[in-house]
Amino acid sequence: MKKYRVDIAVIGGGPAGLAAAVSAHEQGIRPSKILIVERDNVLGGILNQCIHNGFGLHIFKEELTGPEYAHRYIDMVEASDINLLLDTMVLNIDAGSGVHGTPYKIYATSMKDGVIEISAKAVILAMGCRERSRGALNIPGTRPAGIYTAGTAQRLVNIEGKMPGKDIVILGSGDIGLIMARRLTFEGAKVHCVAEIQPKSGGLQRNIVQCLEDFNIPLLLSHTVTEIHGKDRVEGVTITQVDENLNPIDGTAEYRYCDTLLLSVGLIPENEVSKTAEVKILDSTGGPEVDEKSETSRRGIFACGNVVHVHDLVDHVTEQAYAAGRSAAEYVKNYRDF
Amino acid sequence: MRELICINCPIGCDLKVYGDNRDNIRVEGNKCPRGEIYGKDEVLNPRRMVTSSVPIRKDEKTGIYEMVSVKTESAVPKELIFQVLSEIKRIKLTAPVEVGDVILRNVSGTGIDIVATAKKEH
Repeated sequence: MKKYRVDIAVIGGGPAGLAAAVSAHEQGIRPSKILIVERDNVLGGILNQCIHNGFGLHIFKEELTGPEYAHRYIDMVEASDINLLLDTMVLNIDAGSGVHGTPYKIYATSMKDGVIEISAKAVILAMGCRERSRGALNIPGTRPAGIYTAGTAQRLVNIEGKMPGKDIVILGSGDIGLIMARRLTFEGAKVHCVAEIQPKSGGLQRNIVQCLEDFNIPLLLSHTVTEIHGKDRVEGVTITQVDENLNPIDGTAEYRYCDTLLLSVGLIPENEVSKTAEVKILDSTGGPEVDEKSETSRRGIFACGNVVHVHDLVDHVTEQAYAAGRSAAEYVKNYRDF
Repeated sequence: MRELICINCPIGCDLKVYGDNRDNIRVEGNKCPRGEIYGKDEVLNPRRMVTSSVPIRKDEKTGIYEMVSVKTESAVPKELIFQVLSEIKRIKLTAPVEVGDVILRNVSGTGIDIVATAKKEH
């Protein structure tokens, strides 16, 4: 089994992991003693598929696209010779490790090296979040092709150059759904409507203006999808108005033709790895409990970015990651082997 | 008076724009100078950034296209969005591409260039 010994292992190479690694290096940790483990074959995380602009106003005082924002930190990481393991998936952190001055043991796997063991004095959790899916919503109906989370559709269109469909209904008015309403319109699809169960959209106002209103896409507030139709492929959805308790109102159901349903119904911090280390997870956020130094309930394990809670702005993720990187560096400097 | 929501940043200030020409136009409700510029432009000459992605090569094994994300270097007149997009669709790209490379000059006669926002090596 291939083994690595480092001071700081960063799990995740998106905006949080990149900034945390850069920050730890700035605090004097040798780049050869920092390791970023990323499951994709490139760094940058979800920013790579967020090709729209609006990132970086706080940190860089200019409006960047997602890939440009990621590129700034990827350049810093590459210039500093911080260690990288791409195409490598962290499986677990041994819950029994990391006590009494022993390093944490992280197990990961890759096509190239098989199972890998990483020993690290400090760990920075930066795995980000994932999307809520149809299963979390319990929408009745058949299981045809053509149902995607908004982020999956975003990846298909922007990274793989494929269109998920031609006639689209979007359930949920989260920002990714709004961004995709515009993106799919740009690529020639017809976005029939966005249905939002709440009386108010959860997306940013600017996205409602420039992604829906600019293209006359109706936003149906207090409406939800109550049934999905179609056997092999989505053929339509039933959209129903809901009352103040979010229960469907009788007699308001309406059939809408579509071949694709996108779900933009919220994000969940991705903490399967955190749980293996027995880090305390909060019910309120779905993320680890962290103190002002971004340290979790386990000494030497830090967390930053959307793995802690879902942030509206990547700039805030970067700021939190810098703090986590500083704290991890300080922890390593005071670390004593027994 | 027109009520607008500033789209410059995620704060989304509620703007009130009074007047309809360069001499009498006035913006209220903005928290920063960008809001004033946006409010005036949105009434007199609305503009938008356009972003898209264009194929650069196809992986023959998987059939998956590799894409490069692009943007207009600055905002273009709103009514030209789809004309700009159709020009972007016709772009033929070859690797390598660097962030910031101009890949189409003067799109739709706007004087604005299309630039790459991602890097692709050979």
